[in-house]
Amino acid sequence: MKRIENRETLAQVRGNSNKQIEQSRCRVLICAGTGCLAGGSGDIYDRMCELVKENPDIEVCFEAEAAHRDGEIGIKKSGCHGFCEMGPLMRVEPQGILYTKVQLEDCDEIFHKTIEKGEIVRHLLFKQGDVEYPKQEDIPFYKKQTRHVLKNCGQIDAENIKEYLSAGGYQALEKVLFEMKPAEVIQEITKSNLRGRGGGGFQTGYKWSQVARQREKKRYVVCNGDEGDPGAFMDRSIMEGDPHKMIEGMMIAACAVGADEGYIYVRAEYPLAIARLKLAIAQAEECGLLGSNILGTDFSFCLHINRGAGAFVCGEGSALTASIEGNRGMPRVKPPRTVEQGLFGKPTVLNNVETFANVPLIITEGAQWFRNIGPENSPGTKAFALTGSVKHTGLIEVPMGTTLREVIYDIGGGIKGDGKFKAVQIGGPSGGCLISPHLDVSLDFDSLKKMGAMIGSGGLVVMDDKTCMVEVARFFMNFTQNESCGKCVPCREGTKRMLEILERIVAGNGEPEDLDLLEELALTITETALCGLGKSAALPVMSTLKLFRDEYEEHVMDKKCASHTCTALQKYMIAPALCKGCSKCARNCPVNAISGKIKEPYVIDTTTCIKCGACESACAFGAIYMEG
Amino acid sequence: MENINIKINGLDVCAPAGSTILDAAHIAGIKIPTLCFLKEINEIGACRMCIVEVKGARNLVAACVHPITEGMEVLTNTPVLIDSRKRTLELLLSNHDKKCLSCVRSGQCELQELCQELGVEDENYFAGVSPEYELDDSAPHMIRDNNKCILCRRCTAVCEKVQSVGVIGPNNRGFTTFIGSPFDMGLGNTSCVACGQCITACPTGALYEKDFTDDVLAAIADKSKHVIVQPAPSVRAALGEEFGYPMGTDVEGKMASALRRIGFDRVFDTDFSADLTIMEEAHEFLDRVQNGGVLPLMTSCSPGWIKYCEHYYPDQLEHLSSCKSPQQMFGAISKTYYAQKMGLDPEDIVCVSVMPCTAKKFEIDRDDQNAAGVPDVDISITTRELARLIRKLGIDFRSLPDERFDDPLGESTGAGVIFGATGGVMEAALRTAVETLTGEELANVEFQEIRGTQGIKEAVYNVAGMNVKVAVASGLSNARNIMDKIRNGEADYHFVEIMCCPGGCVNGGGQPQVHADVRNYEDIKAARAKALYDNDKAKSIRKSHENPSIRKLYEEFLGEPGSEKAHHILHTSYVKRSIN
Repeated sequence: MKRIENRETLAQVRGNSNKQIEQSRCRVLICAGTGCLAGGSGDIYDRMCELVKENPDIEVCFEAEAAHRDGEIGIKKSGCHGFCEMGPLMRVEPQGILYTKVQLEDCDEIFHKTIEKGEIVRHLLFKQGDVEYPKQEDIPFYKKQTRHVLKNCGQIDAENIKEYLSAGGYQALEKVLFEMKPAEVIQEITKSNLRGRGGGGFQTGYKWSQVARQREKKRYVVCNGDEGDPGAFMDRSIMEGDPHKMIEGMMIAACAVGADEGYIYVRAEYPLAIARLKLAIAQAEECGLLGSNILGTDFSFCLHINRGAGAFVCGEGSALTASIEGNRGMPRVKPPRTVEQGLFGKPTVLNNVETFANVPLIITEGAQWFRNIGPENSPGTKAFALTGSVKHTGLIEVPMGTTLREVIYDIGGGIKGDGKFKAVQIGGPSGGCLISPHLDVSLDFDSLKKMGAMIGSGGLVVMDDKTCMVEVARFFMNFTQNESCGKCVPCREGTKRMLEILERIVAGNGEPEDLDLLEELALTITETALCGLGKSAALPVMSTLKLFRDEYEEHVMDKKCASHTCTALQKYMIAPALCKGCSKCARNCPVNAISGKIKEPYVIDTTTCIKCGACESACAFGAIYMEG
Repeated sequence: MENINIKINGLDVCAPAGSTILDAAHIAGIKIPTLCFLKEINEIGACRMCIVEVKGARNLVAACVHPITEGMEVLTNTPVLIDSRKRTLELLLSNHDKKCLSCVRSGQCELQELCQELGVEDENYFAGVSPEYELDDSAPHMIRDNNKCILCRRCTAVCEKVQSVGVIGPNNRGFTTFIGSPFDMGLGNTSCVACGQCITACPTGALYEKDFTDDVLAAIADKSKHVIVQPAPSVRAALGEEFGYPMGTDVEGKMASALRRIGFDRVFDTDFSADLTIMEEAHEFLDRVQNGGVLPLMTSCSPGWIKYCEHYYPDQLEHLSSCKSPQQMFGAISKTYYAQKMGLDPEDIVCVSVMPCTAKKFEIDRDDQNAAGVPDVDISITTRELARLIRKLGIDFRSLPDERFDDPLGESTGAGVIFGATGGVMEAALRTAVETLTGEELANVEFQEIRGTQGIKEAVYNVAGMNVKVAVASGLSNARNIMDKIRNGEADYHFVEIMCCPGGCVNGGGQPQVHADVRNYEDIKAARAKALYDNDKAKSIRKSHENPSIRKLYEEFLGEPGSEKAHHILHTSYVKRSIN
């Protein structure tokens, strides 16, 4: 692609791309997000390309150059469509059909029916009850969402800058470069009241203004893509599905604060995101949207990618900058804050992926437009990774202020199987739990904080009544403990001691005073840890202890786990009244823990039993049950 | 400087702008407990002992690093804070080898002291698993016992920032974090220079020198051995601290007395061989100046500095003086001249040195340090080990009489005693070199320009029509600064003194450990150096070349400074080493 030297050429390029897309007879967008790729969408993409080649008489290309018939054109690899539960996903345009759970063997049928004749392959449509949904936009999962930040994810080819341009990309940058002064940009962002989507909820405009007023002239813009919360993948999806939007946001920030260099810090566990970002940067550099004198202006911006080596703590600002500098990733005490002395000791704008992705929208649509979405103090939309015991897991975007009920029942389709809603863990290892009475609480920064939870980066793990909350607390504490950097005493030693206590409790060795000890430790860690991660490390325990104290007590006092999750507390028993003495259980037991006489009730030796459940499945009379 | 007014515990406190809460509290006489904090060296706020409440702040803040602002209101002793500190200590103890009774730091341990001050009642309150670490005894001079490490990182900060060596750091993360060498290769396999500054920085018993006091006692008990001892200049300026004397008390007389009571056959003085070093080094300097030798000449008394130069500047070794250090010169003379004079077989002499230094333990085993075919020095112990020995033998140090050193290797001048302070070797050398060059007696023997504890000092002296440019550096980060200039051809010095430890030997890695809360606000280096300069001032002879015993040594044995015999006995060679 040729370098775009000025605004006029950019408009031309955008116009051409638009024309090409409009002229196309058919576009097939195959989800190439990490989830669908794991489900085989890569092979599906290859097969669709082959079919295009095998059938040269069918016009699927929309670009004049015939050489681009396969691969890039017509058949597209898009970013995550969000409806991960139903993957691999395929969207066919212009009809807007969404095929779900597409298998390799479905490709021929799709090609010959839908692409060739415009017919719908009904068995691949999403169904809810008796209703079939041929159009993606009508599916309840999508219908209830407001997709602004994720708008392009699944709708454009994530590996082609032209598609981003045709979707209105880099218009905000144009506006900033040619129609606004840096101070006006900051003013607009401040007016929008955009708050950091990484979890802190700090006002983005204020952050930028602080960087802009520093005496030091060398400044950096850093994007935090070190998304580490278990079950969270919002940032990954943006980086994979619409990398340019985030890059554009970073460039606008750079313009606003006078930075000429930026870093994207991505965890190495996101190879696809890294590959797409690299490609995006290379394409932007090639056409002059990154580099020196962008669009013929004085603005220059050079962007680097820095891969994180897998430490959760590097998501903390000062640890992240330390890691980029080549030092051990450990948070430092503040002040000085990152806005004063951040990367390489220079003033630094450090925002999260989703925050940057919001910026172009605010610039093009205006601060007032943004403020009209969601509540006064937390405007805009928020992406959530909806996982756990919910029917439709996936990536969603809703206006701030949407209730949990809407998210779980309307979008998520309710609880999976026959379970009942028990709790939702929000904010990952730094967050807390919400329960039934909280279902109608507005999802926004301030309301959640009041509930003892936090929005975090947006992980929503839905749990049903088969979930043991003590085990949930243990899981998160184990995570935090493993990820502690080891610098400050309370986090390094305290989380280990808390984990040990939780391990004791789920193993049936808990003592009543352990609960007091847990609370005491939680308080000390929360009050005295050095960084935000340490301070919030005990939140999952504090929250579950507050909401589910009876479960803790049951584990400690009665040595029981009502949800049958803690295997150490379970016992397989044989009901003598039901047992016919057939010996089938004994014959299926791998450790010979069951004994008895034929035609008399059998007995399980619980000390030998390994709780594998083979006996329970073998018993024809339902005589074997679990106690505990 | 602008002052800032704040309130601490309701009291009005005025402190200079830029002060931390800890500084301001110190001014107000309020002690806030610290563990990881070392002023200007380790300011990381990691131990969370110094947390305080600041009115209006969202969180508790670390007083050691939090800057004060006008009108700030600080509370340092609320029940919440006292309780938090206690819990933090209990958490540390839950992962600490609590064998205090047999710990080398017992009674002087900062952790132990805090536990007592804050009233920790149950050291097993948060008991849980505790990893067991093997001792790292791979280095010749010291041992790392991570079972006693509290991960304050004072040692790593000193190693990296003060010494610019950086061979230790945190390995692993979270609960399994431990401080050690890269890839846990063992300190002895790194380019550690053996300075021991990490030991003096350590608040607990995790770091300590290899103790050779039992070897000393065994040698003394062996009737077939003639055991002699030589304490370095700086030992007398710090040993008293171990016995309750104020910092900077010169205990030379009591030290000589104590050494005699320990049972050494002769109590000599390294100050004697410091004078000898000046004779050789001044000669070498004049020789290089007059005969177009490599300049600048750099001093070689400090074995940590020598090892540093060998690892990090192997291309610059030709600048180093070939003179052995005073410790080694003493050993070499004791096993040649003294052995001959006494009719002793050098094999039967055990030469023990008492040094403010841990690198001296490394130095005695270097190649080319065996003038009589046996090691010049047999055992090198630190000031701390000497104190331990004195206590072990039940010697009541404070009630000892002042005694003198024995002849013939106990006589010294003021020039020899100032070796322990940064700039002292340069000053002693100048006293001799200037008089030798001009042939006139110096009107004033005190070279004030190169005194003081600054890291780098420079001066130009006009000597017999020639401008002699000298530099003095202490602490290896300052040495690095000078060496980079020399390597890049940006320096035109004639003579450079470098001491490995900041402030020179008075602040050596073998000196008594000073608690951080004292060290942060008192200048140890200056106090101890003053003891040496006062000692010099009180001496009737203050120039090495006027030392009668030294004159006699040359007359009877060595001939001239720089003679072939002197070269054989008193000079050495260096090796190139790599960085690991």
